[in-house]
Amino acid sequence: MTAYIIRRILWGLLLLVLVVAVTFLVFYLLPAANPAILRAGRNANPQIIATITKELGLDRPIYTQFWIYVKNIVLHLNFGFSYYYNVPVGSLLLNRLPATISLTVGAAVLWIVIGIPIGIVSAIKRRTWLDRMAMGTALVFVSAPVFWLGLIALLLAAQTIGVFHVFPGIGSYVGLTVNPLKWLESLLLPWMVLSATQCAIYARLVRGSLLQVMGEDYIRTARAKGLTERRVVLKHGMRSAVGPLVTVLGLDIAALLGGAILTESVFDIPGIGRLQLDAIGHSDIPIIQGTVLVASIFIIIANILVDIAYAYLDPRVRFE
Amino acid sequence: MSSAGQPPGTLLSVEDLRVEFATPDGIVHAVDGISYSVAPGGSLGVVGESGSGKTVSALTLIGLTQTQGATVSGRIMFDGRDLLAASNAELRAVRGNDIAMIFQDPLSSLHPQFRVGAQLIEAMQVHRDIKRQAARDRAIDLLSLVGIPDPRGRVDQFPHEFSGGMRQRAMIAMALANEPKLLIADEPTTALDVTVQAQILALLERLRRELGMAIIMITHDLGVVAQIADHIAVMYAGRIVEAADARRLFSAPQHPYTWGLLRSIPTLEGPRGIELVPIPGRPPSLIRRPTGCHFHPRCAYALPDHKTIDPRLVDAGAPGHVVACLLDADQRAAAWAALRAGQSADEATAAAGIADATIAPTEVAG
Repeated sequence: MTAYIIRRILWGLLLLVLVVAVTFLVFYLLPAANPAILRAGRNANPQIIATITKELGLDRPIYTQFWIYVKNIVLHLNFGFSYYYNVPVGSLLLNRLPATISLTVGAAVLWIVIGIPIGIVSAIKRRTWLDRMAMGTALVFVSAPVFWLGLIALLLAAQTIGVFHVFPGIGSYVGLTVNPLKWLESLLLPWMVLSATQCAIYARLVRGSLLQVMGEDYIRTARAKGLTERRVVLKHGMRSAVGPLVTVLGLDIAALLGGAILTESVFDIPGIGRLQLDAIGHSDIPIIQGTVLVASIFIIIANILVDIAYAYLDPRVRFE
Repeated sequence: MSSAGQPPGTLLSVEDLRVEFATPDGIVHAVDGISYSVAPGGSLGVVGESGSGKTVSALTLIGLTQTQGATVSGRIMFDGRDLLAASNAELRAVRGNDIAMIFQDPLSSLHPQFRVGAQLIEAMQVHRDIKRQAARDRAIDLLSLVGIPDPRGRVDQFPHEFSGGMRQRAMIAMALANEPKLLIADEPTTALDVTVQAQILALLERLRRELGMAIIMITHDLGVVAQIADHIAVMYAGRIVEAADARRLFSAPQHPYTWGLLRSIPTLEGPRGIELVPIPGRPPSLIRRPTGCHFHPRCAYALPDHKTIDPRLVDAGAPGHVVACLLDADQRAAAWAALRAGQSADEATAAAGIADATIAPTEVAG
């Protein structure tokens, strides 16, 4: 197991190098927005641009640029320097990470706590009005894009523009360490919006997974033992049904930690996603590379964690 | 507890049990009015092809078809109680406690993600107030009782670490956890190698003798019931078509379907060179069953009016021996005598004097 994890981490590192290389190549091959020109400002002349190009190292061959970039990250944890904000990318990422983590973790808790029980009830009460209603609602939320849902939610319930003045509106995010109460207040609406779709997906996933498991022979055995139906479902059924859930959960959380671009944009939450979107607008390549790298790291870590969770949940899974 | 309404000396008596499932295609008559009884410590073999209602009737005994939307009628008296009139909670108290069940495929019947010991301990703790450590000790004893070597080491293993035979032994150990009065074994050896089959049957027979536990053995294999059952009921299309003491059923079978089952298994004792003869055709749909005798489309001995007359179980010349066949006793005796001598079905119909009158099976297996 330990050997397996070490090997997975090494593969993960190699994968990160590849991701960085590919992002590098993409921006090298698509010189639509020359960062030197952008940085030179309005009164640019070729001389200034040439100077900036030299300053940023853009005149060197791509492999040299790549080598310097990777070396800085590995040796100095230096992710480069933002063209636009004029600050180290590393500190920008660190600044923005708490908001993204707050948004993701809160929403994940919400969709797990709500989505899974709905899925279980739907599976047990299959083909009843309860199941149909739950799955109908789920279909609506699965189909509703987050940015649309977010705007509707704001128009309905934001203190600024809403019909009912319940929740703080756009741009109200406050850090947890600054003011915990305001932090909670400002995130309630984004959490609900972000978790609505996920709730629906998880409810459907749990329902499907549980329905399949409930047809297994060992469920019949559990019933033949005289267990209550509640115990049959929650212990014997769910134990098997959580497998697929863990996979999806790991990757969903990782993907959101890499930047919940839509939700962060609609509610103007200063997270990684917002940073990334702005950087794309500014052709701020070091930031884009930094955020891609962070997202990749999350995905790779999540993959390894999911595999470990799998081995823990299912004794038949063994690593060689 | 009184045993009113139950003949003395019986543990289980089933009377006119009917189980139906409503499906979009129509009503499935899975079990169609069967009756049988089992004595304490006795053994009953229920034999028939897939889809003959064996498993459904067994699951109904412990209330597991009712919860799946089946309509059930008749009477199931067990140890003085009417199980069909019992509430869900009462049935749950019987399941795994007084009546235990083991299934065909021990790998899929054990939960793959729980340790074997934990599954045994759970079986005990459902029905009795027992400390975990005491239950664990008993789990080890049970594993040892069913012949699992190194039970102390095995108790913490997962089902996938057991071989097929060991898994079925573990299932049996789990079924024995609460010292049931009746064990229902649903094709317990079908998924196992032949040598392992024999071991499991010997184990069940030993446990029946040592623990005084009655067994209902459900199987499609007459060879299996021959080893373990005192009494045998042959089922076809949801009904019992013949029932008799095991010895009697093998020596003087009365129903053409039973003949078919007997002629399709190889024996070492019989004359050599007797061909194994499959029963032509397939089991009928339980939604639209054949008219008259349900077996007539596959029966080499069916006469024209067997298409319309529905046979009832009648006495077949020995205590406890009943058969639902429209041929008369002499015809059956003559036909079986011919078959037993190694003659073909055609020769047997001639011997029974009905060669010119039979209607050929409508569907013959290639």
